[in-house]
Amino acid sequence: MRRREALTKLTGRERYVDDLPLEGFLWGMTVRSPAPRGRIAAIRFAKGVDWSQFVVVDHRDIPGPNVVALIEQDQPVLAADVVRHVHEPVLLLAHPSRDAVRRAVRSVEIVVAPEPATLDFRVSPDVLKHLKIEKGDVARALAQAPVVVSGTYETGAQEHVYLETQGMIAYLEGDVLVVKGSMQCPYYVVKALQHALARDESKVRVIQTPTGGGFGGKEEFPSHIALHAALLGLKSGRPVKLIYDRGEDMAATTKRHPALVRHRTGLTRDGRLLAQDIEVVIDGGAYVTLSPVVLSRAIIHAAGPYACDHVRIVGRAVFTNAVPFGAFRGFGAPQTQFAGERHMDVIAQTLALDAVELRRTNLLREGQTTATGQVISDGTDRVAVMERALELSGYRVKQRDHATFNATQATLRRGIGLATFYHGAGFTGGGEVALKSRLRVAGLPDGRVEVLSASIEMGQGTLTVFTELAAARLGLAPEDVTIAEADTARVPNSGPTVASRTTMIVGGLVERAADDLRRRAGLDDAAQGDAVKQAIRRWHRDHAGGTLVGEATYEKPPGIEWDDTTYRGDAYGAFAWAAYTAEVEVDLRTCATRVIDFVAVQEVGNVLNPTLARGQVQGGVVQGIGWALMEECKWRDGAMANNQLTNYLIPTSDDVPSIRVAFLENPYAHGAGGAKGLGELPIDGPAPAIVNAVARATGADPRVIPLTPERLMEIMEERADVRRPA
Amino acid sequence: MTTLTVTFTLNGKQVSVSVDPVDRLLDTLRYQLALTGTKEGCGEGECGACTVHLDGLPVNSCLVPSYQVRGHRVDTIESLDPRALEPFERCGATQCGACTPGVVMTAWWIGQHADLLRTHTIRELMAGNLCRCTGYDGIVDSVAEALRETGGGRRET
Repeated sequence: MRRREALTKLTGRERYVDDLPLEGFLWGMTVRSPAPRGRIAAIRFAKGVDWSQFVVVDHRDIPGPNVVALIEQDQPVLAADVVRHVHEPVLLLAHPSRDAVRRAVRSVEIVVAPEPATLDFRVSPDVLKHLKIEKGDVARALAQAPVVVSGTYETGAQEHVYLETQGMIAYLEGDVLVVKGSMQCPYYVVKALQHALARDESKVRVIQTPTGGGFGGKEEFPSHIALHAALLGLKSGRPVKLIYDRGEDMAATTKRHPALVRHRTGLTRDGRLLAQDIEVVIDGGAYVTLSPVVLSRAIIHAAGPYACDHVRIVGRAVFTNAVPFGAFRGFGAPQTQFAGERHMDVIAQTLALDAVELRRTNLLREGQTTATGQVISDGTDRVAVMERALELSGYRVKQRDHATFNATQATLRRGIGLATFYHGAGFTGGGEVALKSRLRVAGLPDGRVEVLSASIEMGQGTLTVFTELAAARLGLAPEDVTIAEADTARVPNSGPTVASRTTMIVGGLVERAADDLRRRAGLDDAAQGDAVKQAIRRWHRDHAGGTLVGEATYEKPPGIEWDDTTYRGDAYGAFAWAAYTAEVEVDLRTCATRVIDFVAVQEVGNVLNPTLARGQVQGGVVQGIGWALMEECKWRDGAMANNQLTNYLIPTSDDVPSIRVAFLENPYAHGAGGAKGLGELPIDGPAPAIVNAVARATGADPRVIPLTPERLMEIMEERADVRRPA
Repeated sequence: MTTLTVTFTLNGKQVSVSVDPVDRLLDTLRYQLALTGTKEGCGEGECGACTVHLDGLPVNSCLVPSYQVRGHRVDTIESLDPRALEPFERCGATQCGACTPGVVMTAWWIGQHADLLRTHTIRELMAGNLCRCTGYDGIVDSVAEALRETGGGRRET
């Protein structure tokens, strides 16, 4: 099936939040802290502005607790006395004219009495979360290991750059507060509005509008904008539209957590892993946001898809006075797997081993266990996944060709790099059980069915895949399936649209709710197609005005056990497995790196929609190429200095090659249609594959990303044995 | 604010709007003329989401002051024949859709000037339109397919 809403998008008819007609509304904007830390000494409104024409909201206008409800209740809706990061929201303004409100924001001065700010997370003593995984006896195994290889790796912040910036509209419909906007998690927004506005859930209605990309950036952050728009709307009694422009979006919203990862690895001389001792530090920024769970996923993935009997992973997320970091595709796993996969090549180099053979020796085999003790017995051959990537990329041939190329070229160097990695799908540990996700499939009077869920479309394909799953389960044509708007007045809470969980887990609820619908219509599980439609129509004839609804609630697949106190057990219901290769060309004159070929092979269970799945992988890889080579947040006194697309560069079509994608399919029994999660996996592999390739090409040993030309040049100039042409 | 009446040809029809002459064409289209198919991505001419055709040339409408289109011809995504977009639907040119109208406007222009492919690749010609979802293969394949089907240009990615 083709993407359900493709033609609507291609013709410009899709209505995003800023495209919706709205009568008599005010434009809202946010006045923010100019300083990373301090006490708010004064707020000065410039003379010469008629402030009576503006709606002005501060923390005293918040009816309930001044907090954006999330994991911890620590982040204010609007700063009251102190600020903890640059761009922290302090005041809200609204006016019918967008120009007027933009000028007014510049006419308010927030005077902050500064206090010392922590801006380097690597030295922050302020730990917000500490987590540990222990398997075996690392200290003893390291002491006895014939070889120990150490390395330290760093990754930078990354901005999501969803093409649609964040935005919300808010208005009252009777006594119900309606908030519409771009978001991944409608029920997070409900919870935040209820809490800070002290409103009953029945007086809050949240509607997701078509969302122009999310990548995690619209997981927790939209709650802030929703609250801001709602506060302005409640105070003014008029609809309020609050849309960030790109500069504000890049400066003030969350980004990928910067990370520092240290490895100490004990091995046999022929490269078998004996002990992995790993330390992970991530920058949480000024508030907790989702950092504890990002840290959790980071450490669980830190040891890589390898067998090792003795593993210790110690992780900490620290507070700084940076703009808070938050959810971003991969959620901690890209950072630790960059470190782990770069470290594998450093080990190979140190021990004079082949990087492929080192991985072949250590890749998890059936029945072996991960760092948390999860037994891997899914029947996937991880070595075969790697072999497929080597074969498709022509890895060995290219290695030989590169040797010739590099020996004969004056200024260009080529190399090919590999990364083997994994990604756990769904919430970690007991997360899915705690979510208790619910979904409904309704039978409509005309015999069609409607899927009701809070799982949203942001480009990744929810509308299409849910249509396919419901249609396949009931033997209906795709035209007989509609998907309800994610309106919390109508749809049950199927959980947040995050963590590669929508197809695999929520899709499973679509299937089970469809089965339930069939039973409620008086049919057995075998009934398909016209029999289903006729039964639904018959039911409505017999129950005029009634609603026929099939329901499903998440049930844990059998055999999954997780202990959150010891961090032992089955971290995820399933892992997706992958091997990526990157071929690069480095220009020694500029130290610019260009990816000239990329192969992405993965085992993700059954592929439900090949075009959508391939597109997800290609998009993730290119986002990974950006993170690896060019996307650098430049910080100045805690603020992003390059908060514009002119100098925060993301890949263009001309910066990247065609991304060659292959799937190996091993059906996952507990995923919808046999599928596993897919969306995040492809961001884990590109950075290490690329940096490994650059190391091969140049002989340099880069361990920090983004590996911009400037950074690579510094590394190469430090090394006497690596000559750059003049 | 001083306003000026600006008359131009929009999607084949003459229109007159009263605007602040320095209002961006993007805002005039979206907020005055309710043509919301044209999107804002960055507001500084980097991302191409707001691409429209001005006298047949693709331009970033966020960088065009509205007075500049007086007496000229502007074509937006709303003027396109949806039937021409089948290859884009089939090959995965759109995911989240926010960059898509701009991508389609540039692709449409390439289709009208297929001889450009003798000197440029599709990837070069599309480089002014940022996309964060597709990784570009879906877009490049769609443009190549559309060109192949209309007999314009060789397949070149």
